[in-house]
Amino acid sequence: MAERPIRVLIAKPGLDGHDRGAKVLARALRDAGMEVIYTGLRQTPEQIAATATQEDVHVVGLSCLSGAHLELFPRVVQLLKEQQADDIVVLGGGTIPSEDITALKKQGVAEVFTPGTSTQEVVEFVKRTVQL
Amino acid sequence: MFDRDALQKLEQRKTAWEQGPVAKAMERFGERSEEFRTTSELPVERLYTPLEVAETEYERDLGLPGEYPYTRGIQPTMYRGRLWTMRQYAGFGTAEESNRRYKYLLEQGQTGLSVAFDLPTQIGYDSDHSLSRGEVGKVGVAIDSLADMELLFDGIPLDQVSTSMTINAPAAILLAMYAALAQKQGVPLDKLRGTIQNDILKEYVARGTYIFPPQPSMRLVSDTFAFCAEHMSNWNTISISGYHMREAGCNAVQEVAFTLANAVAYVKAALDAGLDVDTFAPRLSFFFDAHNDLLEEVSKFRAARKLWAQIMKERFGAQDPRSMMLRFHTQTAGSALTAQQPDNNVVRVTLQALAAVLGGTQSLHTNSREEALALPTEDSVRIALRTQQILAHESGVVNTVDPLAGSYYVESLTREIEQRVLEYIDKIEELGGSARAIEQGYIQREIQESAYTHQREIENEERVVVGVNKYRISEEPPTNLLRVDPVVERQEREKLEQLRAQRNQAHVDEALEGVRVAAGGQENLFPRIQKAVTVYATLGEICDVLRDEFGTHQASVVF
Repeated sequence: MAERPIRVLIAKPGLDGHDRGAKVLARALRDAGMEVIYTGLRQTPEQIAATATQEDVHVVGLSCLSGAHLELFPRVVQLLKEQQADDIVVLGGGTIPSEDITALKKQGVAEVFTPGTSTQEVVEFVKRTVQL
Repeated sequence: MFDRDALQKLEQRKTAWEQGPVAKAMERFGERSEEFRTTSELPVERLYTPLEVAETEYERDLGLPGEYPYTRGIQPTMYRGRLWTMRQYAGFGTAEESNRRYKYLLEQGQTGLSVAFDLPTQIGYDSDHSLSRGEVGKVGVAIDSLADMELLFDGIPLDQVSTSMTINAPAAILLAMYAALAQKQGVPLDKLRGTIQNDILKEYVARGTYIFPPQPSMRLVSDTFAFCAEHMSNWNTISISGYHMREAGCNAVQEVAFTLANAVAYVKAALDAGLDVDTFAPRLSFFFDAHNDLLEEVSKFRAARKLWAQIMKERFGAQDPRSMMLRFHTQTAGSALTAQQPDNNVVRVTLQALAAVLGGTQSLHTNSREEALALPTEDSVRIALRTQQILAHESGVVNTVDPLAGSYYVESLTREIEQRVLEYIDKIEELGGSARAIEQGYIQREIQESAYTHQREIENEERVVVGVNKYRISEEPPTNLLRVDPVVERQEREKLEQLRAQRNQAHVDEALEGVRVAAGGQENLFPRIQKAVTVYATLGEICDVLRDEFGTHQASVVF
């Protein structure tokens, strides 16, 4: 077990306003004993990376359903790297075609969860990954 | 509706039936569950009889179609006269590309247009704004100026179609562009038919495309009501939407309650602005979701119609029957579609569309099978449209008005939903109305609570979603999904650059200054906005002026 609770930032990059999934997941992670921060809508990658480092989180979960994920997710990964915070695990979620998942993983996104994923699956993934 | 003696006898018979045949059957098989509930957690009894609708009075609660309280429908003949408008929400990429999709849909027998705008347009940024990066043309068409609007409707005479535009915070600007285009085509404004969504309150709780704080946003809404009452008498000035709150997770009862509470807020704002109720209320329209629980959804639509009629007549003293009629568009439930085994979604959409039709919708969008994954291809959109056409021409449900009326269950459920909605509306009134309830995060929390409960029920397998938590197969990820070419963003930027070089900048500056002055004062903003779009001021430029004057909304994060 990690010595302190796992800290997670759930973030909505870009202009997309669909945050049902982000909020449900935020609550499920909290119910699983993690400390969860949710940014709210319309965050720039810069804002997200800054919050992630300030809040000293283990994991950033990015949610996007507008199709702008290829633009936005890798930018967050890159900014974290620039801030020497590339130990933070970046996850993605949303309506993301499978070819894009491959592309996102190549650019440092650890995993991408698509519609129909159970929150438990994400909880377990986070626990497993942060313990490593 | 029933004779008291007959009811008494029936009650005895029912008790005997429960103790006899039911008890015996239960001994042998039991029932599948201890209790049965609708999707919205309303209890469902084993059997409905006249006993469960004994409180219903036909004339008071149902009436005749086209008559108060409109429970059975807003027109006397409903679909025997005219079918609903088949209106597929569409738009992506450039104006030219969307124009091609509209023409395709019209050729396939669609009867109205419905424009999807991209997020920068919905949030008031031009395509070359830094926040627009990656979003241009993605979830809808990019419209920066009247020039794009001209391309979007190229070859489509505006007096021949009705057009719905899903636009909220900058609704007045897009409507002004549409009106300017009509003038260019030589179509008088009072001949224009269509709808702007213009429902800002629900943006604060779901969907999220707000720009300005509530107060100036409500002013823009009232200004648009006033302008249209005078000049665009056939235009629906608002589409008060439960759809997005339902998609965000609330249940059917909450959907109706929150929508009607918002509607009350718009009526009050317009009355406060000095408008007479019967000048604007006939042009208020509504937008609901259609989910899988068929009979609950049908009952929901019937209850909503009755409640609105009562609110308008009794609370606001409307005299014009059209002010009391709840006219609504329906879209099938995106959140009920599954990414797994996507062809199954065609069946779900059929059920949902059937609910909308049995509920008496005025127009309908049917979702396409792959929408849990991407925007739909032409083939998928055609199947979705054909689903409506099959319901219209093959199912037979359109040949009599409100065919489920008189079902003991449907009438009982209609009544149950009505009562629960009234409780919610009272609660929201206690909080000071829907704008206050939103500020306090009450509506948001209610929605999130329902969304979370729903998700847990799926994960606990209390709720079966075919292909997701039961009847799964291993499948290859789908291919041939529609993708918006990233080149669209560059093209839009180039078009903007060209526009800015070619237009008369002095005219633009002057018109924008006019918008600024009007925004700071009391006059109706709409004519000023109209002037600005006509000289090709961009959407982003006009919104920048309004952002300066009005400020921007800072959402509180509730989860």
